[in-house]
Amino acid sequence: MAKVEFKVPTVGEYLTTPDLQPGVMAKSAPFKAAPRHQQALGFPGELVEDWEQRAVAKLAELLKKYRSLRVHLDACVKCGSCADKCHYFLGTGDPKNMPVARQDLLRSIYRRHFTLAGKLFPRLVGARDLDPSVLEEWYSYFHQCSQCRRCSVFCPYGIDTAEISMAAREILDEIGVGQKYCNEILGKVHTLGNNLGLPPPALANTLEGLEEDVKEDTGVEVRFPLDVQGAEVLLIPPSADFFAEPHIDGLIGYAKVFHQAGVSWTLSSYASEAANFALFIGNYEQMRKVALRIRKAAIDLKVKRIIVGECGHAWRVAYSFWNTLAGPFDFLDPRYPVPQHIIEFTHDLIERGAIKLDKEANDQMRVTFHDSCNVARATRMGARPGGQFVLPREVIKASCNHFFDMAPETIGEKTFCCGGGGGLLTDELLELRVKGALPRMQALREVQKEHGVTHMAAICAICKSQFSKVLPYYEFPMETIVSVHQLVSNAIQLGTNS
Amino acid sequence: MPIMTVIYALLLYGASAVFVLGVSYRVFAYARTPAPLKIPTMPAPVTRTGVVFRVAREVTLFESLFKSSKWTWIFAVMFHLGLLLEVLRHLRYFIQPVWFWVVLVQPFGIYGGMVMVAGLLGLLGRRLLIARVRYISQPSDYLMLLLLLGIGLSGLAITFLDHTDIVSFKAFVLGLLYFDWQPLPDSPLLLAHLSMVVALLIVFPFSKLLHAPGVFFSPTRNQVDDARERRHLAPWAAQLEGAGDEV
Repeated sequence: MAKVEFKVPTVGEYLTTPDLQPGVMAKSAPFKAAPRHQQALGFPGELVEDWEQRAVAKLAELLKKYRSLRVHLDACVKCGSCADKCHYFLGTGDPKNMPVARQDLLRSIYRRHFTLAGKLFPRLVGARDLDPSVLEEWYSYFHQCSQCRRCSVFCPYGIDTAEISMAAREILDEIGVGQKYCNEILGKVHTLGNNLGLPPPALANTLEGLEEDVKEDTGVEVRFPLDVQGAEVLLIPPSADFFAEPHIDGLIGYAKVFHQAGVSWTLSSYASEAANFALFIGNYEQMRKVALRIRKAAIDLKVKRIIVGECGHAWRVAYSFWNTLAGPFDFLDPRYPVPQHIIEFTHDLIERGAIKLDKEANDQMRVTFHDSCNVARATRMGARPGGQFVLPREVIKASCNHFFDMAPETIGEKTFCCGGGGGLLTDELLELRVKGALPRMQALREVQKEHGVTHMAAICAICKSQFSKVLPYYEFPMETIVSVHQLVSNAIQLGTNS
Repeated sequence: MPIMTVIYALLLYGASAVFVLGVSYRVFAYARTPAPLKIPTMPAPVTRTGVVFRVAREVTLFESLFKSSKWTWIFAVMFHLGLLLEVLRHLRYFIQPVWFWVVLVQPFGIYGGMVMVAGLLGLLGRRLLIARVRYISQPSDYLMLLLLLGIGLSGLAITFLDHTDIVSFKAFVLGLLYFDWQPLPDSPLLLAHLSMVVALLIVFPFSKLLHAPGVFFSPTRNQVDDARERRHLAPWAAQLEGAGDEV
């Protein structure tokens, strides 16, 4: 792959809104899916001949199926609330990365074909016909949205650009212009049960290796069970947890927590993936198919609970959509929420004193926490609204002595995306990813200066991979990013209770 | 009957019909379209009552806009609150005898008109001066502000510059309501004011003014955060079930 040359944005004293630089990111686009990636998902292999009609017909279908799309295309008053809220706009200055301008790429077509004003007076209301240049713009700029929903927090009508970009990507798939990264991965998860394409023997091998590592490290036989029928808990981690750094340290953390809590658990070789990239391409049927795989694994293994690992969009799909897509989960133990997040599980154990943590084990770290966008703005943890902000912080604070939050306008519901979410975590989009990380890097720099923060914890596989890649561009060590359960793993006192 | 009276009577009937039917059609379409997935912007209320309060805060306080931009919020509140006061003040033309609280509103209503115009000027200023907002503005966005400004300014002019015979005007309005037409006072400012109101009513269901009904139907704001407790299934999604791929 040709190396992309670009200038890394400068981290200033504070985050500034850039001047408009029209077209600077117009060339940014991910690789297109090959015909075999497309056909494996039932999409046309390449651009269909009558693509204009097919695109408009698909939009008509989506307008009937999704109230969000219909209302969000109608309601925008162009107030500009969202304009300076997107990390990709803040990092690139390209005006088409302002959420409203991104929506307008689709809204202009909607108005032309589905509104009276757009049919009669297209110029007046910014309606336009679908032509190849629009298609190119769609492919480029709808793949510059990480579907993080930050804009929707600030919109007076709750217009969610994620909904619009999902619809646009679904239309693109329908006419044969899919994105390679997402669609190739979906093919793997349908056939092998995980995004990596890791076959069961390789998975078993990896887990054995981890057991040996932990034994060597701690002297304790912590198990990483696979396909154990009748286990209490089925753990569904993102598959990055099996091999990537710092993800794997998180997986070791989960295993230690289960070990210490004395709760039997298992992974499934049939459904070894929490990630559900069908969310990114907005496709309900694909998303359902991936979710049903997990349901089947839970039934086959006769487990009583399902717990999801540290993965942001996966937790969105699990928390918000599983019950819809693959429910009802009436075969599981009704005393526990379905599904549970590993943070909820660990948090509960800490509260009950069922595991012991030695905070001093993490004394070499001064930690901050990056709220992952999907966890923050699309899910909950615990019983109360906002628990998704509280529980992870309480787990971190129980595991280390030095915790400092980043600036309030960059965390919680206002958190900034890592820059790699929404199906954009692919090398050819590196420029976009580095620039989109600017707001988070800015906030991290501030706590580094003020509080000497050395590490940033996260509970999302994409965030962890993205930060590992982009942190060095901003002169932070790659190891700055850690898993929350890595901190738990360091601090947990194995063998201190029966 | 003067020809102007006939023209304006018909225009007002027509525009009101377009407004009511157009908005009803839209609202019906929104209500009929399913929201297949739970997508409230979190943190979201976990009860229906909580959602009612969330939407109410959005509608009355512009909560999300306040989080976003204080200046836009100030101008938007000025405009909408001013407009609300004016609408309430105008109720006196439609009812006889005038309700007690509508009488009370009268002195505030006139300030409402001024505040509304000031807010609109602020919004127009933003649209012209801030490069980001200028970039996303279409001709219709400016025209909408100018139309509302025109309504506000002509209304203020009627009050302060060329006071119309409001007793005959009320007779005209009541005449429309009871299908017993009375002559419309012959005032150019009043005709201009009415023409622009007619235009607003007609444009409403076909424009971004649909944000008014839209805000009540936005799933990111009106859904309860209870996905784990309650299974949420759209009719079209339910049809996918039983296709043999379940276990």
